[in-house]
Amino acid sequence: MSIRLDKPWIEFSKQSIDRLTGHLGVYQLANAGKEIIYIGVAGARSRFGLRGELQKWLELDDIATSFFRLEVTMAYKTRHAELLQIFLYDFKRLPLANKNLNVKSMGRLNVG
Amino acid sequence: MDFTLNEEQTMIVDMVRKFVQQEIIPLEKDLDPDADEVDHDTYVKLVEKTKAMGLYGLDTPPEYGGPDISMVTRTLIAIECSQHRAGLYVPCYNAFGGARQAQLFEATDAQKEKYLYPMLKGEKKVFFGLSEPSGGSDPARAIQTKAVRDGNDHWVLNGTKLWISGADRADYGLVFARTGGEGRSGVTAFIVETDWPGFNVTRVVHTLRSAKYATEIHIENLRVPHENILGEEGGGFAIANDRLARQRVPYAAECLGVAIRAHEMAVEYSKIRETFGATLSSRQGIQWMLVENEIDLRSARLLVLDAAAKCDKGLPFRTESAIAKLVCAENGFRVVDRSMQIHGGLGVAKDLPLERWFREMRIRRIGEGPSEVQKHVIARDIIGASLR
Repeated sequence: MSIRLDKPWIEFSKQSIDRLTGHLGVYQLANAGKEIIYIGVAGARSRFGLRGELQKWLELDDIATSFFRLEVTMAYKTRHAELLQIFLYDFKRLPLANKNLNVKSMGRLNVG
Repeated sequence: MDFTLNEEQTMIVDMVRKFVQQEIIPLEKDLDPDADEVDHDTYVKLVEKTKAMGLYGLDTPPEYGGPDISMVTRTLIAIECSQHRAGLYVPCYNAFGGARQAQLFEATDAQKEKYLYPMLKGEKKVFFGLSEPSGGSDPARAIQTKAVRDGNDHWVLNGTKLWISGADRADYGLVFARTGGEGRSGVTAFIVETDWPGFNVTRVVHTLRSAKYATEIHIENLRVPHENILGEEGGGFAIANDRLARQRVPYAAECLGVAIRAHEMAVEYSKIRETFGATLSSRQGIQWMLVENEIDLRSARLLVLDAAAKCDKGLPFRTESAIAKLVCAENGFRVVDRSMQIHGGLGVAKDLPLERWFREMRIRRIGEGPSEVQKHVIARDIIGASLR
């Protein structure tokens, strides 16, 4: 399994999101320049898993999302933590829309 | 063996049981089923309550501010603390003080000031770096991380550690490295700070335990001051090993606690769930499963309390703690599995805690020494000495 979420970006549209399954997992949102602006998780409290979470973003998109990509995983909590730590390693900060998270309480990876 | 609880133990068990039922289980209704922590404010409030009970810092010796309780009482608390969804790996979300690196109580005064006391105050986080890709159950032989002396003042460490919990969030940790030849006397324990150059947590290791993860650490030319050796040079194995038998007892008891709760759920459910016009509890097939659960639980309880009682009496209890760990993990897993089966489809859904317990109990048969390693320890003791 790749440490980074390297799947191709998908257009952030109702049409593509409505086709998604309700699985649990993690996802990333990106702006028009394909820069990651949010790393999210569809946990077991999500009503319709990844589809439900992304539909929520579709309704209230206030961060100008243009693309998304996702990974189905039951280990959604640890994978979410890992993706945030990788971003932190790459950019020395969190994605813009994750800024409410406390960096100090997060782990530090050195993924090289 | 008489394990009738005395007055104090009865009071403590009641108190902890109420705490779990009234403070912890209600919280879990709003948490993710795989949650392993509560928010900071909630945690602080929970800790205030365990401190008021006089039970904060369960694994901290009394001389360092922990409660003065026997191993039997500690075991009874572990059985109660774990009876909720996250209870196996984060009993009561660490409101009783969480895991301690007991080896640090062996530190020098200077090391205690710098590392132990901040850990006890909750100011610094620590990890335990023993296991390596070459193995974890036989550290005396498996450790390949090397430490080479560099002048009088420093050591240079190189190697890889695997299955290490909390290393990515820790301020420092204990790293065991080979400073001498093969075997036990060649292993030394070092206190290593995680922001020192050459210390890298390179990946998260995803497992069945999706709430909490292990990590892999690469150590490359990490310079460690000589004063950061914990204990004596070549004394690392003894430091790692001395407290393992002791820690194994509450570890086993937590498996039992979860299994007790799973069994209770199965009994309750079997009385209300009807199939083909009768309750599950009226079916012999289900009754026998419940009976097997009961026997598994009672035998595990006796064995874990026996290990705890021997520890309290100052008697050798390595064999007893290995038996307790083996039986509690194996029996506990079977109990959770049967309870899941009795619940049918609901048993595998995340609506109930059974599926999380099933995944995490599976790991308990491997963690802290797999069942086969426990058998190895027991066999070595009974072949080497009389059963009496």
